[in-house]
Amino acid sequence: MGFFSKLKEALKKTKNSLAAKLTDLFSRNKLGNEFYEDLEEILIASDVSVRTADDIVEAIKERAIEEKCRDKDYVVGLLKEAIYDKLTAAEPLEICTPAVIMVVGVNGVGKTTSIGKLANLYAKDGFSVTIAAADTFRAAASEQLSVWADRAKVRIVKHAEGADPSAVVYDAVSSVKAKNTDILIIDTAGRLHVKANLMEELKKMDRVVNREFPEANFYKIIVLDASTGQNAYNQVEAFKDDVGLDGIILTKLDGTAKGGFVVSLCSELEVPVVYVGTGEKIDDIEEFDAEEFVDALFE
Amino acid sequence: MAQFATLSEKLNHIFSKLTKRGRLTELEIKTAMREVRIALLEADVSLSVAKDFIAKVSEKAVGQEILKSLSPAQQVIKIVNEELIALMGSTNAKLEVASKPPTIIMMCGLQGAGKTTFCGKLGMLLKKQGKKPLLVACDVYRPAAITQLKVVGEKVGVEVFEKGQGNPVKIAREGVKYAQSYGFDTVIIDTAGRLQIDEQLMQELENIKKEVNPTEILLTVDAMTGQIAVDVADTFNKRLEVTGLILTKLDGDTRGGATLSIKAVTGKPVKFCGTGEKLGDIEPFYPDRMASRILGMGDVLSLIEKAENAISEEQAKKFEKKFRENSFTLEDYLVQFDAMKKMGGIKDILSMMPGNKLKISDADIDEKKIEQIKAIIHSMTPKERRDPNIINFSRKNRIARGSGTTVQDINKLLKQFEQTKQMMKQMKNNKMFRF
Ligand SMILES: Nc1nc2c(ncn2[C@@H]2O[C@H](COP(=O)(O)OP(=O)(O)OP(=O)(O)O)[C@@H](O)[C@H]2O)c(=O)[nH]1
Ligand SMILES: Nc1nc2c(ncn2[C@@H]2O[C@H](COP(=O)(O)OP(=O)(O)O)[C@@H](O)[C@H]2O)c(=O)[nH]1
Ligand SMILES: [Mg+2]
Ligand SMILES: [Mg+2]
Repeated sequence: MGFFSKLKEALKKTKNSLAAKLTDLFSRNKLGNEFYEDLEEILIASDVSVRTADDIVEAIKERAIEEKCRDKDYVVGLLKEAIYDKLTAAEPLEICTPAVIMVVGVNGVGKTTSIGKLANLYAKDGFSVTIAAADTFRAAASEQLSVWADRAKVRIVKHAEGADPSAVVYDAVSSVKAKNTDILIIDTAGRLHVKANLMEELKKMDRVVNREFPEANFYKIIVLDASTGQNAYNQVEAFKDDVGLDGIILTKLDGTAKGGFVVSLCSELEVPVVYVGTGEKIDDIEEFDAEEFVDALFE
Repeated sequence: MAQFATLSEKLNHIFSKLTKRGRLTELEIKTAMREVRIALLEADVSLSVAKDFIAKVSEKAVGQEILKSLSPAQQVIKIVNEELIALMGSTNAKLEVASKPPTIIMMCGLQGAGKTTFCGKLGMLLKKQGKKPLLVACDVYRPAAITQLKVVGEKVGVEVFEKGQGNPVKIAREGVKYAQSYGFDTVIIDTAGRLQIDEQLMQELENIKKEVNPTEILLTVDAMTGQIAVDVADTFNKRLEVTGLILTKLDGDTRGGATLSIKAVTGKPVKFCGTGEKLGDIEPFYPDRMASRILGMGDVLSLIEKAENAISEEQAKKFEKKFRENSFTLEDYLVQFDAMKKMGGIKDILSMMPGNKLKISDADIDEKKIEQIKAIIHSMTPKERRDPNIINFSRKNRIARGSGTTVQDINKLLKQFEQTKQMMKQMKNNKMFRF
């Protein structure tokens, strides 16, 4: 039996099955497979993972078929809604003082810059803020953070290059406790999540804060670069495993990258996006708006 | 996402029903290519590049006779793999040298890609080759970027030319003049990271190019880059006619599909790879390894080469035999330990294995630990060394006392040993899997 006759046979048997309905639907209206493939490709081109894009579009397709819907805009609306739901699936983050915020992430994603922006944001809201230069590895990291501390007009605690990052954390915690500072933000060195020794170093910093400042609300935020691809998933998974994560800052959204990978991160790994970075200047930070984000995917 | 079946597993599944051998049919190719497409997209190959690639490979594959020695799945992977390698270009493209010195190398790329670090790495490499490079600080925007370059320069003993936060075009020109006056043969210009859509800053790069006429313009791309890689590379290349590509952060677990995107769209060679934060972490580009990495088959060759450098040929043969016969003992382990260290740590090696999820810390194999391990193994009886399975609690206690360690230390060592054996088995299998 040839391929087509086989297919016909199979279809006969499943007349009322989904496949039959599909054939029916697509033979009669404009919302053919191509339309849904296009939708899926829009998502993939924004770095939504293939699997997530496939899941979402399949679900929408099924629903559209059930509702016998043929209106493209309506289907796109359904799709946006589905993505919105995923993006808001994780518990939103609320920061209460006294707070310690440790900012983590792989190399070059925008941790230090985001800390400068956050410090400025919180200081402008009337909180007292101190930042800790616990990146003692990268060349001129603490000098870079010092510039941001000046710009945001906040205090900085730092040691020399090559110092033990946990010692910086320890000093910073002692200092904010003594001064009753509302918010301590810790800058950490960029580290690839596959480097066990660097992840150990991070865990040590985590322990220092927990031990020395148990009364503080301790948040761990990962910074992700919007131009990253599917590796973002591995990053969040690993950092979450090792120190736990309370939120995501998605940077470099002023470029053309959409950062679609956060869709799976919010829903599957249950880490909410808290802020987005939209430039290199101190005010280029915004609270994450799921609706705007979804609209941008389809722009 | 590691929970996915590998491409080869998926293809094997597709073709599992195909018992008859012969030519690959169009339908089979189509089904297989759907999986290849997904694998490429999951590896971050840009959509348009993946589509083109699939179209090209399908055309080649249709009607190809299946080789006797291969399964249809392997045949498809072979074709895909070969095409990927071909697209990825030559190994280790050399840097161009100006006929009249100095050779001028200009860096460019997005923010945080690794340009400044690469300047240091290249400076160090050139210095080792007996050249006299000069670093020029033209990132006048990022806070402390100049200091960063100066620190990096100092670490590798290469002079840095800087004029503070001045005009980058002017600084570049003066840097080159400085090099000419003081006998530097190579000028490496660090520039600020910028978005490819930032008109003003892209213009600035064009102006620097016009001013100093670089021998090489190197686009630096983070190996973790996603779909956007194709736009970035295309824009930078169109505006600057880049001469080569630098791929950074390959020490992570990214599949690195961006490599295919940037190669496909620019046609320019990848000249170097960054494989770590340290300034010695610079490597040539190996297209075949990159291809297998993108396809999710692990960077097995790279691993084998590293192993070869660290272990002598003879030793390697001996070990290989032992692995094959499953007779690798703790004594061999001891010998191997020093070699392991040379290979850059178990962790590094494991990270190159396909689908690996084992976690071993580099700290597990530092110098002090090696001494401890030697002591432990020396405190074992020859029988125990040959067959660690017999080491029960009372034996452990005896060994602990003899070596001045704890039972925990011994447990840890035995576990590590098991993992190493495991790893080597994997390595062996992978080697056999290559076609
Ligand atoms: N366009 C744009 N650039 C950004 C944004 N956030 C950070 N950057 C730039 O990205 C580069 C890296 O930023 P850093 O803040 O140094 O990143 P990091 O994560 O601290 O880097 P390491 O400490 O080196 O790992 C810098 O050039 C920043 O100016 C953003 O939202 N948009
Ligand atoms: N793991 C790893 N990190 C790297 C590599 N190359 C650069 N980096 C890090 O990436 C970050 C950004 O690098 P930098 O040179 O400042 O990027 P630039 O903004 O393009 O100049 C720094 O934290 C570097 O240490 C690499 O090959 N591997
Ligand atoms: Mg930083
Ligand atoms: Mg730089």
